[in-house]
Parts: sequence; structure tokens; C-alpha cells
Amino acid sequence: MTELGKYAGTVLAAYGASLVLLIGIVVQTVLANARARRELQEHERRG
Amino acid sequence: MSIWEYANPVKFMRTSGAILPWVVAGAAACTVTGLVWGFLTPEDYKQGATVKIIFLHVPAALMAINIWLMMLVTSLIWLIRRHHVSALAAKAAAPVGAVMTLIALITGAIWGQPMWGTWWEWDPRLTSFLILFLFYLGYMALWEAVENPDSAADLTGVLCLVGSVFALLSRYAVNFWNQGLHQGASLSMAPGERMAAVYRYPLYLTMAGFFLLFLALLLIRTRTEIRRRRLAALLARENRA
Repeated sequence: MTELGKYAGTVLAAYGASLVLLIGIVVQTVLANARARRELQEHERRG
Repeated sequence: MSIWEYANPVKFMRTSGAILPWVVAGAAACTVTGLVWGFLTPEDYKQGATVKIIFLHVPAALMAINIWLMMLVTSLIWLIRRHHVSALAAKAAAPVGAVMTLIALITGAIWGQPMWGTWWEWDPRLTSFLILFLFYLGYMALWEAVENPDSAADLTGVLCLVGSVFALLSRYAVNFWNQGLHQGASLSMAPGERMAAVYRYPLYLTMAGFFLLFLALLLIRTRTEIRRRRLAALLARENRA
């Protein structure tokens, strides 16, 4: 395991905050896309 | 074959659907491998373990600027040639650009505290990056505020042109004003300034990963916008009938 020394808090905070933001935008993108596809398919099925 | 064929939503949906799995796989492989590799690099003799933040900070900052420039190109295509897909691509890119800018600002502040002794300084590059972030927020708010999608695309296109000054400024601010805390280019090729290979290669990989991640998100979000627009058109047609 890598040694972070006295900067462990600094490095982990940077990685933690970035990963939360990256995962957040990925999840939001996938959910919004699934919702748009579902709504369009339902509408087209109803004719 | 012409690039303008992709201005056709049907053609765009078909082509983007075919390449998307490959782009997603490439983004996941490069980003995860690059970040894990970067996290495992040895401490720098000057900056200690904080050097590992570079694998997030530099790719995010690079994408923050280049996403705005991509939005500039697609906005110009909309303003000049009126291709709807290009306007929707600009709209789709903005939230990803805002997140990249926010990551660059947050990791920069976290990194700056132990290295510079301050979380924030009104330094040319930091300030222009903060203004770029505010432009991203304003751009997204403008899209939501204007009901007519074509008018929204026109107005946001003009805003994008104005914001491009700050996107370029955030890249070259260090060169324009020889002051402030932030250093120049991180990937300088000048003799004696070149980053050690142990840091350079994982950095290249995370930069490729962040680019592919943006591309994957851009394709998915543009597809979402095309579907929303088609649904809105169908509903409007029904209401008129």
C-alpha cells in the first residue's frame, strides 16, 4: 500500500471529493438518459 | 461522406449508439488504471504525497477549458448553419464541463493549502478559472430559463462566445501576467523542466481517461437531449391536432 505520510488527509480529500463529483455526473447522466428513452418509448407505443 | 451527415439526428443516434460501448470501455479502463497508477506513484522530494493530486487536477483543468472550446465550436455551427444536434451537443457538454471545473478548483484549493499556505489566492489563473465556472453555471441557467429551444440555443451560443475569452484566459493567464502563485505549464517539454517519467506516464493515461469519459458522457447526454426534443415535438404536434 502506498505511503501518504503527513499529507494523507490532503490526498484522500482530493480523491474523495473528485470521485464523488465524477460518480455523481455519471449517475445523473445515465438516469436522465434512461428516463428520456422510457418516456419516448411509452409515448410512441401509445401512438 | 461529409461530417454534416451527423447533423441528422437519426444518423447521429445510429452512429453514437454503435461507438458508445467502446468509448465507455476505453474511458473506464484509462481513468481507473490511470488514477490507481497515479495513486501508487512515489512521493515527490519537494511536494511529498500531495503530488498524487496532479492526476486529478491537471486532467480536470485541461478538460474544463477544452470542453468550453468544444461548446464554442458547436455553438458557432448552430449560429451559422442551424444544425440542431450541434446546439444540443453544446447544451449536453456544459454540466460535464462545470463538474471538471469544480474538480480543478477543489483539488487546487486542497493542494494549495499545504504547498502555498492558502486555500485560495486571487491569482490570474485561479480567478479566471472561477469566472469560467460561473460562466458554466450561467450557461446552464440560460438554457433552463428560455422556453423556446431555438431562442435558448441562440442566446447560449452568444454567451459561449463571450465566455471563450475566459476559457482562453484561464489557459494563458500565467503567461499574460507574470505574477501569482500558480506555475506555468505542467507538461513542459523544455530541457530541465520536463516532469519525471514516473509521474508523466500515469498523467498521460488519466488525461486520456478524462477525455474519453467526457466523450462518453457527451454522447449519452446528446442522445438524451435528442430524445427529449423528439418527445416535445410529438407532444406539440398532438396539441395542435
